[in-house]
Amino acid sequence: MNINATLIGQSVAFLVFVWFCMKFVWPPVITALRERQKKIADGLDAANRAARDLELAHEKVAQQLREAKGQAAEIIEQAKKRATQIVDEAREQAQAEADRVKAQAKAEIEQELNSVKDALRAQVGALAVVGAEKILGASVDQNAHAELVNKLAAEI
Amino acid sequence: MAAETASGYIQHHLQNLTYGLHPVNGWSFAHTAEEAKEMGFWAFHVDTLGWSVVLGLIFILLFRAAAKKATSDQPGALQNFVEVMVEFVDNSVKETFHGRNALIAPLALTIFVWVFLMNLMDLFPVDWLPVLAAKVAGDEHLFFRVVSTTDPNATLGLSLSVFALIIFYSIKVKGLGGFLGELTLHPFSSKNPLVQILLVPVNFLLEFVTLVAKPISLALRLFGNMYAGELIFILIAVVYGAGWLLGLFGIALQWAWAVFHILIITLQAFIFMMLTIVYLSMAHEDNH
Repeated sequence: MNINATLIGQSVAFLVFVWFCMKFVWPPVITALRERQKKIADGLDAANRAARDLELAHEKVAQQLREAKGQAAEIIEQAKKRATQIVDEAREQAQAEADRVKAQAKAEIEQELNSVKDALRAQVGALAVVGAEKILGASVDQNAHAELVNKLAAEI
Repeated sequence: MAAETASGYIQHHLQNLTYGLHPVNGWSFAHTAEEAKEMGFWAFHVDTLGWSVVLGLIFILLFRAAAKKATSDQPGALQNFVEVMVEFVDNSVKETFHGRNALIAPLALTIFVWVFLMNLMDLFPVDWLPVLAAKVAGDEHLFFRVVSTTDPNATLGLSLSVFALIIFYSIKVKGLGGFLGELTLHPFSSKNPLVQILLVPVNFLLEFVTLVAKPISLALRLFGNMYAGELIFILIAVVYGAGWLLGLFGIALQWAWAVFHILIITLQAFIFMMLTIVYLSMAHEDNH
């Protein structure tokens, strides 16, 4: 337990260790620590930003979805309207065509009827004349009684 | 060890391995306590220096290995441990020391870890390493102490280095005049120049004692704690020689004391570090 030169040796060793620690140990470690602290802070910031961005994106998606749905409904509505319109038009056209055909047929029938009536009238006139001749036993002058016969035929 | 009596055993354990200039034998190892005493100042405690340097190198190389690969990404186990220590010391320094000085924090780290490692040697059972050293050296009377901090030379070496730093920074920050003024013009001062001159010696006496008490108390606190702890371990070891029943009791005692000692060695290392920071912080502050 004597105080001796050990003291000097110990001091020298101590100062060398402190110097080494100050030069080669402390700076890299403390730099790494500070850098990590900064990185963590930045990371947390980035995470916050990302969360906010995500929220915004969600909102945007919802909005776009709503718009798309609205557009789709509109398109379907228009298509339905158009379909009804087409069906109506077709129906009208068909009606018109049918009416036209019907009218034509009626006209033809009328014409036929008239010509048949005329023929019938003529034949009835002739038959009446023949019948009168038979009844009177004499010939009736066709020409002389033509006016009369025609009158008769017209009355039939 | 080979000592026959309990007091011989204890004395043997408290004697350092000394190499020095003996008036008769020249440069040689001391074989007895008297020889070591006769060597005077120019002698070295080889065991104290050896263990402290080895432990210091362990500290330096371990921390350097971590510092070399230090990354701000995911740290490994070693870097993690080193970072915990560095952050702990850094926080302690920041709490106490408010100036800017690149030396204080590494100084505190070195003190804390180094003193802790030197104290830690106390937890090895007292005979293991001395017996091993005696076997290796082939001299069964070899003196060998493994706990450097139980040697006042070691603790004084540390505290006087700190003291030198205190003086250096006091003068650097306050100037030589400021430093001397701090020593002589307080705590008593007077407006009257004549009275002031009379008060200077009184002030100087008080302040000088305060100043010198710093390194002395720093060194003796650590030394006293570790020396007492070591002595108790040695006393417990003496019990082993007194039959198997007392031997078993000794084992229990040693275990209990070792557990308690873990607290002491950490605490003393921490106190040494904190007081160093406080003293250096006082050296930087112009209080008066």
